[in-house]
Amino acid sequence: MTGTSEPAVRFERLTLAYGARRVWTDLTAEVGSGTFTAIIGPSGSGKTSLLRAVLGLVVPASGRLAVLGHEPRRGDPEIGYVPQTSRFDPDVALRGVDLVRFGIDGHRWGIGGPDADATARVRGAIEQVGASAYALAPVGRLSGGEQQRLRIAQALVGAPRLLLCDEPLAHLDLGSQRGIVDVIARWRAATGGTVLFVTHDVNPVLELVDRVLFVVDGRWAAGAPDEILTTERLTALYRSHVDVVRVHDRLLVVGEATGSGFEVEEPHHLPAQLADHHEGG
Amino acid sequence: MDQLASLLGYEFVQNAVAAGFVIALLSGAVSRFVVARDMSFGVHALAELGFTGAAASVLAGLPPVLGLLGGSGITALFIGALGVRARGRDTVVGVTLAFGLGLGVLFITLYPRYASQAFAILFGTITGVSRSDVALLVGIAVVTLAALAVVYRPLMFATVDPEVAEARGVPVGALGVVFLLVMAAAVAEAVQVVGVLLILTLMITPGAAAERLTPRPGRSILYSTLIALASTLGGIALALVLNAPVSVFVTSLSFLFYLVARFVLGPALRRREARGA
Repeated sequence: MTGTSEPAVRFERLTLAYGARRVWTDLTAEVGSGTFTAIIGPSGSGKTSLLRAVLGLVVPASGRLAVLGHEPRRGDPEIGYVPQTSRFDPDVALRGVDLVRFGIDGHRWGIGGPDADATARVRGAIEQVGASAYALAPVGRLSGGEQQRLRIAQALVGAPRLLLCDEPLAHLDLGSQRGIVDVIARWRAATGGTVLFVTHDVNPVLELVDRVLFVVDGRWAAGAPDEILTTERLTALYRSHVDVVRVHDRLLVVGEATGSGFEVEEPHHLPAQLADHHEGG
Repeated sequence: MDQLASLLGYEFVQNAVAAGFVIALLSGAVSRFVVARDMSFGVHALAELGFTGAAASVLAGLPPVLGLLGGSGITALFIGALGVRARGRDTVVGVTLAFGLGLGVLFITLYPRYASQAFAILFGTITGVSRSDVALLVGIAVVTLAALAVVYRPLMFATVDPEVAEARGVPVGALGVVFLLVMAAAVAEAVQVVGVLLILTLMITPGAAAERLTPRPGRSILYSTLIALASTLGGIALALVLNAPVSVFVTSLSFLFYLVARFVLGPALRRREARGA
């Protein structure tokens, strides 16, 4: 463990763009080591792009970022990544243990032989996320929540210091969502790791969140949840009146720009959704 | 059996069996990836443009295998350069295929004995390969299998889980092009047995059947290879005994294996899994 004063990620006037479209403009923020940061915003607002920049897969249009004290590196073993993906094909020839094993040596050349140490680490990671009961079943036949637990085991098996999660709760029922959040909370408590968590609904992780990074159309605001998730700040970000209300310990963001209010979404914003899909490809 | 044993005394039979063995080994292994990466159309294009290459090499007096390899290899690079994204890939393949096959028709009609040559390339000529052909086929297969072994793990990672593979530093795009070249070599080989038109029987069916038999990635490649071997060698044997084209029996056997895997063994395996075995 290096000194905790060093931020896990530092963004310095970072601008990310796709062609002429800027998704982040002059982002300056620090992600403190050991903190849980929720990256929130409507579809197409560049949340995935920011994670890809941290992974070294997207080159900034301008500005810079430092990840774990250095320039972003492709394939950094100190980063665990849970991507935003659809379910596995039901017929894919792959078991949970194989998926998790990729997290250790899937990037290495060659066929790879038996490795008792790797097998033990895979088993440990699978126990850690509570997936032992179905780790030998074909992964395509598992439920969305079960597949997501295995993806988290894959991200954690390399003992990362920074965990990037892209909408890991999307399309999951409430019980599965709670299970996934618990797994991440326990990992953090045990290792002091840092979490960057992309989501369009902050409620499932509200009690874990230390910092919020909210982005709308390239405009962003960063700070403690109580500071950012307010009527004034979000109205300024959306440039149209929204109300932030607390009901039954759930935060609802309601306004013309956000639709039903259960999620921070822009259902009328089709071009942006298409753009989000595009950048995921 | 006696009949088979006596047939093995003929050099053309020895050649067919030796070539069939290495071809099945290669196409069985590659077939698993073709199915997992959903590249049936790509296989078809590589084979048909291999036909164009073979027609050109016949015209130039070179061994057709080299023309096949050249035709499918150039196509692989072309598809790799233009169609990296999965969605655009089929379009690029289709565009390339149409033009290249037209050229093939031209080459084959320029050659005086074109009908028999065209038939051989389209439907397979395994019982007509010479000693030197066998050596060439073994050489291509060994090099290609070695390349596949080197890229095996990251290729499998990139095939089933591309987002995380990319994040872990796997060169997903470059591996896609490498795999197209591996596919081109496997196609050039498999054409020798079943021909251009029936190529999918060795490049898709074994992999599709194996997928039904096990959820283990490594074992599914083993099964796919065994199915390709049984189809090819069984097909050659039946063709010799019953005196009919090899392709007929290879396609029938591989289809039979697929049906058994899909409707008999696969469901049985799933029932066992459901009981928590």
